[in-house]
Amino acid sequence: MQGSTIDPPETTLDEVVPSSTELHEEIHTDLRVWGLLTFLISESLMFGGFFASYLVLRGESAAWPPEGTEVELLLPTLNTIVLVSSSFVIHLGDTAIKKDDVHGLRRWYIVTALMGAVFLAGQVYEYLTLGYGLTTNIFSNCFYLMTGFHGLHVFIGLLLILGVLWRSRRSGHYSISKHVGVEMAEIYWHFVDIIWIVLFTLLYILTIF
Amino acid sequence: MTQVEDFRDVTVTDGSHNSPPKAWKWYDYFTFNIDHKVIGIQYLVTAFVFYLIGGLMAVAIRVELTTPDSDLLDPNLYNAFMTNHGTIMIFLWIVPSAIGGFGNYLIPLMVGARDMAFPRLNAIAFWLNPPAGALLLLSFLFGGSQSGWTAYPPLSLVTANTAQTLWILAIVLVGTSSILGSVNFVITILKLKVPSLRWEQLPLFCWAILATSVLALLSTPVLAAGLVLLLFDINFGTSFFKPEAGGNVVLYQHLFWFYSHPAVYLMILPIFGIMSEVIPVHARKPIFGYKAIAYSSLTICVVGLFVWVHHMFTSGTPPWMRMFFTISTLIVAVPTGVKIFGWVATLWGGKIRFTSAMLFAIGLLSMFVVGGLDGITLGTAPFDLHVHDTYYVVGHFHYVLFGGSVFGIYSGIYHWFPKITGRMTNETLGRIHFALTFVGTHLTFLPMHHLGLQGMPRRVAMYDPQFTTINQLCTVGAFVLAASVIPFTINMIWSWLNGAKAGDNPWNALTLEWTTSSPPLIENWEVLPVVTHGPYDYGMNPQNAGVNNDQTIPVT
Ligand code: HEM
Ligand SMILES: [Cu+2]
Repeated sequence: MQGSTIDPPETTLDEVVPSSTELHEEIHTDLRVWGLLTFLISESLMFGGFFASYLVLRGESAAWPPEGTEVELLLPTLNTIVLVSSSFVIHLGDTAIKKDDVHGLRRWYIVTALMGAVFLAGQVYEYLTLGYGLTTNIFSNCFYLMTGFHGLHVFIGLLLILGVLWRSRRSGHYSISKHVGVEMAEIYWHFVDIIWIVLFTLLYILTIF
Repeated sequence: MTQVEDFRDVTVTDGSHNSPPKAWKWYDYFTFNIDHKVIGIQYLVTAFVFYLIGGLMAVAIRVELTTPDSDLLDPNLYNAFMTNHGTIMIFLWIVPSAIGGFGNYLIPLMVGARDMAFPRLNAIAFWLNPPAGALLLLSFLFGGSQSGWTAYPPLSLVTANTAQTLWILAIVLVGTSSILGSVNFVITILKLKVPSLRWEQLPLFCWAILATSVLALLSTPVLAAGLVLLLFDINFGTSFFKPEAGGNVVLYQHLFWFYSHPAVYLMILPIFGIMSEVIPVHARKPIFGYKAIAYSSLTICVVGLFVWVHHMFTSGTPPWMRMFFTISTLIVAVPTGVKIFGWVATLWGGKIRFTSAMLFAIGLLSMFVVGGLDGITLGTAPFDLHVHDTYYVVGHFHYVLFGGSVFGIYSGIYHWFPKITGRMTNETLGRIHFALTFVGTHLTFLPMHHLGLQGMPRRVAMYDPQFTTINQLCTVGAFVLAASVIPFTINMIWSWLNGAKAGDNPWNALTLEWTTSSPPLIENWEVLPVVTHGPYDYGMNPQNAGVNNDQTIPVT
């Protein structure tokens, strides 16, 4: 979708317009990855706002978490392992398409999607078994809001991965030279992962101390 | 310097990039169109409609304040008008017109690109705005949000919950729009610049929009976080901002001002960019201190992120913080001063053409100095403690927002109208417009400083009778301002239909947007221009300065 508003997007990729001089060459590179990165910097500051608020509220409160709203540790740790390893798995998919291996791409993206689904299911299970809810106290406010918001991002990441899988059915849609969508889904997935690591540290690990 | 009408025939020497130019039809402007010029116009026109709505609210507010009692609007409705007036003016008029309107229209033209980096995203960003405005208007069915544009809890938690929720959704929509728009600007400027345009030849408007976009990207999401928490507090029983349940009200103020102080720069940096374009063209002189002005935009962008607590000196802020933020606030005024001096030095000894655009630019200079000096007094904690939340603050921000931002938008409209429409505006109407706006602004907002120093609080529908006369003066001023919009609107509509033909470059300006036709063809140029000189080389040796627009003549 770069550059031209009239020509269909396909034809504008790496298109060089013949013209009288070198200076008139028009090269359109795909900038979507740059756009996504810029957007994610911004998005991470939204989590930054939540993190900062959390730390302020935590600093003011005598017991954190208050009696009766302790967090569970075992399941979330397993969940963390699943999510963090899925970041490596998705990278295998990206590596595959860089070798023009669409099957490899599909295989690893399916595994990633499954791992993401396991993470979300674990999250929901945790919510159901915790014994306290969003409104119980200020800690649980933060807990549900932050994990919920992150969960929403995981869900979006999952949709992106499924989108890539859907498109990859058409042979030739992704190839060694054309796989921006694959990369974008991967970058987004890493982002979701990094946010989770911070979140896990703040909400779980720090509450032990 | 002669006006060059027909240079197109020498520029088009070879096969064009795209299909034959076709012009958009009127109805294309009401659709999901992805041409950056259409989107720019959509932003400008939509924002202007909201300006009129917000203006009507302002008139209602001022009419209410002609008498000490609350007679026209009951206090709740007054608060709803006051809140939505501020919200609309900031989020649906100044931000979308200055950044969305001028930014979208001009950035690709100025950097020599055929469109923005992500045209579809650009259209999405625009189309988030009208629903946001609709939500605000809809909120009046539920009493209208009443807690000011700042929406501080606890007030925002206890007044008109449904309306406040709609308000939050509206702000989240415009915030998203602004983030998406900023992604587009950053990538377009950094990546789509035509190769022959060197960085030190980038028009200052582009530097300004770059700084603005970075600021928006870094600060808007923090506001979004604060508003999400507020939304949950209002609707889902959480207590982030409820001290009685372990929450913290001041936390909201930090989240809010971490965005909203930078937001004042979102509203003024693009205007500074417009100033840096308009003044050299109409003074026929190179801009004084190109680098200083470019770097000062970037400095403002960085330092502006660390001054927000100057809005919170009276919020139980500890002394060390007051000290720190007083100092940082005084520091951030320096780059602003650098720009002002740059423009004054550009005017100095220039062959000034008092066009409508230039009148508004010079008017802006004078107004902004008043507002900026007010700002410095307010930034000093010991003084601010006395005048915080009084009309002195209202005076300050209207000098910078009306005398600054709105004057700048007017100036930009007069300057680029010939490019956008292909027709000239009427100078007589422009002068009437300027005179009314200039007088109206001073009349409305200068006396407010006095009111504030005497202790009249802001955001009240009723006040002590001793303030009556001065308030009536302000109301007269408000009517003058309301009247000033009439010649402007007539001028715009009439000129668009019947104005004299403008030609490609009626001002003999040197930036790239003037090298294409007026209005520009759909993908801006048949052949992308080659830059042969700086953007502000006015009055230079003709060999070095392309006063005849020879930059579009392909090198043979
Ligand atoms: C020289 C630069 C400036 C300085 C030092 C400055 C300083 C300040 C300070 C300290 C306040 C808080 C006053 C109080 O609430 O007690 C304030 C309020 C405000 N300023 Fe400025 N300012 C400057 C320029 C601007 C500009 C350029 C704009 C917008 C275009 C702006 C818009 C506002 C607004 C909207 C408020 C009121 C916010 C509210 O409480 O509703 N200021 N300014
Ligand atoms: Cu401020």
